[in-house]
Amino acid sequence: MSRDTRAVTFLGLPTAPRGVGHLRGAEPFPVAARRALADTQLRRNLGKATRTIRAKRAAVVGELPDWEELRDAGQAIKSETMAHLDRYLEQLEASVTARGGVVHWARDATEANRIVVDLVRATGAAEAVKVKSIVTDEIGLNDALAAAGITAHETDLAELIVQLGHDRPSHILVPAIHRNRAEIRDIFLREMADVDPGLTDSPAALTEAARMYLRRRFLSAKVGISGANFAIAETGTLCVVESEGNGRMCLTLPDTLITVMGIEKILPGWEDLGVFMQLLPRSSTGERMNPYTSMWTGVTPGDGPQQFHLVLLDNGRTAALADQTGRQALHCIRCSACLNVCPVYERVGGHAYGSVYPGPIGAVLSPLLTGVEDNASLPYASSLCGACYDACPVKIDIPSLLVHLRARHVDEVADTRRVPSPEAVTMAAAAWVMASPARYEAGQRVGRLGRLLGRGGRIRRLPPPLSAWTAARDAPEPPAQTFRQWWRAEHGDTR
Amino acid sequence: MRIALFVTCLADTLFPDAGRATVRLLERLGHQVEFPAAQTCCGQMHVNTGYLHDALPLVRHYAEVFKDCEAIVVPSGSCTGSIRHQHAMVARRYGDEALARRAEAVAARTYELSELLVDVLGVEDVGAYYPHRVTYHPTCHSLRLLRVGDRPLRLLRNVAGIDLVELPDADTCCGFGGTFAVKNADTSTAMLADKMRSVLDTQAEVCTAGDSSCLMHIGGGLTRLRAGTRTVHLAQILASAPEGAR
Repeated sequence: MSRDTRAVTFLGLPTAPRGVGHLRGAEPFPVAARRALADTQLRRNLGKATRTIRAKRAAVVGELPDWEELRDAGQAIKSETMAHLDRYLEQLEASVTARGGVVHWARDATEANRIVVDLVRATGAAEAVKVKSIVTDEIGLNDALAAAGITAHETDLAELIVQLGHDRPSHILVPAIHRNRAEIRDIFLREMADVDPGLTDSPAALTEAARMYLRRRFLSAKVGISGANFAIAETGTLCVVESEGNGRMCLTLPDTLITVMGIEKILPGWEDLGVFMQLLPRSSTGERMNPYTSMWTGVTPGDGPQQFHLVLLDNGRTAALADQTGRQALHCIRCSACLNVCPVYERVGGHAYGSVYPGPIGAVLSPLLTGVEDNASLPYASSLCGACYDACPVKIDIPSLLVHLRARHVDEVADTRRVPSPEAVTMAAAAWVMASPARYEAGQRVGRLGRLLGRGGRIRRLPPPLSAWTAARDAPEPPAQTFRQWWRAEHGDTR
Repeated sequence: MRIALFVTCLADTLFPDAGRATVRLLERLGHQVEFPAAQTCCGQMHVNTGYLHDALPLVRHYAEVFKDCEAIVVPSGSCTGSIRHQHAMVARRYGDEALARRAEAVAARTYELSELLVDVLGVEDVGAYYPHRVTYHPTCHSLRLLRVGDRPLRLLRNVAGIDLVELPDADTCCGFGGTFAVKNADTSTAMLADKMRSVLDTQAEVCTAGDSSCLMHIGGGLTRLRAGTRTVHLAQILASAPEGAR
């Protein structure tokens, strides 16, 4: 059996380009995680926040007798959509255009940024207000706008905290989850020019300060920029789901609205939305119903934005779609339930993943979009405990995807290295030993030399790479008799 | 009934007590246990580290060694999970549909210990006696891959003399994760620290589970800290009986 029989080829489809946007970290996950783990404030903030959201989600999901059927429906709709994505995208373009919107196609982050910058420039505006959107962060839009002399104001409270703190988002839903009230107060005092110097850290006072700060921007903005949670191919309707009303302001007050949307956000028909409007709020905020659901279709004369541009972004999504196993990651509706239940995310936080998509879904989505070689440590950033799969509202089998991407990585390394890695040699040797009972038993005899390292049944120190284990954990001393030796002594060689 | 034991390479080499207890328990319940001597390893470590190609001969070997067995018992949730959910996938990835079918057939007769006892043998009271304060950690693959549910707890509740205490945040991973424990040792250790806190909060003297691997992790942390709680495989508790009793 040759390695060439492996299941997938990727047809050379372009991945998200390097040097633009936020899909790649500066350092491998274990290095970034080590630093995050040492931040006790972060551990406390994350532990408290994820525990609260987990309990809320569990309660509202538990109320629905047909939750599993809803998940099946969500999965089925997404699979069907991905199977005919080309058709639905053209349908969406036609329906948005028919209703007075303008559709732009962007192959990657660079192209999308250029399109948006040109559109804002054409309005003559030097500022834009933004609805919370991960996709615009994925492509680094704020940086591109700033380089063109355009100031983008984040209006979602958590995004505002991140922006004012010169920070990076660390969660899909709650980008400032790593900050507590005291830290937020400090940021506001430092960054908001005319804030009350007596500002306290009570949630009401902090919210009021943000409202005052944001209100002026809403009222003066000529351009709004958003992402999209869903787009209905049939009608050309865009949908943004949010909790604070800031999105509604950005989507209705400015004269020009620019929406950047990943091509996977599409839904075939209006009735499909009903499934996701039940799945999404319960999975993300732990609410039965979403507070502010804004939907618009093209341009309505005299009401709301009179210019509407929709930028359809690929940025590695077609490459992800070409991976038969990996493509289900494109079903993600960005609810963040998998982050909140992930024991790894809960301890290291979002920054360690180095991408705007952190947590379990990020560990599969980021490498799929960038190519595995650019995010090679992420598929290993999981103990494969499976909590993410259980929580996913569209049943993305994240543990299997992680294993699949590990295999892609191992195969790519094998293809590019002239000499196999020490790990590859070890794995091949272990497999060779394990494939034969005689070699396996000889291996056990060698392993029993480990008894020399033991004291009182425990081994306190092993050589690298196993020293990573014994740094914090004892290893068991091999017993005097293996199971099969005992069996032979008791029962003789039966087979 | 005749039951073949797949002891797992880990228990064979490092935790033979778990294997011996499985044999003792099933024999006490009146069953005949056989140990196909050619067995080695299910290949889970290779699969989960991304070395699927290296796992292929191990998948083939398992299917061959156990092909004629009527029921196979495994004292491990994660090895059972790998056999049931990964073996056929590995075979298909390399285009071996015939092996995938054989692997599926053998996997359908492969049971984790608590599944075998409750579902196949129909026993929940195995006649065990274990006078200790015990907490049970449901390992991730038992819980979420195999869905063993409360089968292990039902078995434990019927043990005479046991003082069974609920583990807080029981369904949270202990941080083992195979090579994850080495590749991401710091994160793994942080997860272990929280699991140990939960275990110690119960004031149990024994932490049990259906997987020697997770117990090796939790136990390795507990002994390093001289915490005063030991780890014992579920099979060993279920196999314990009053002195001289059969």
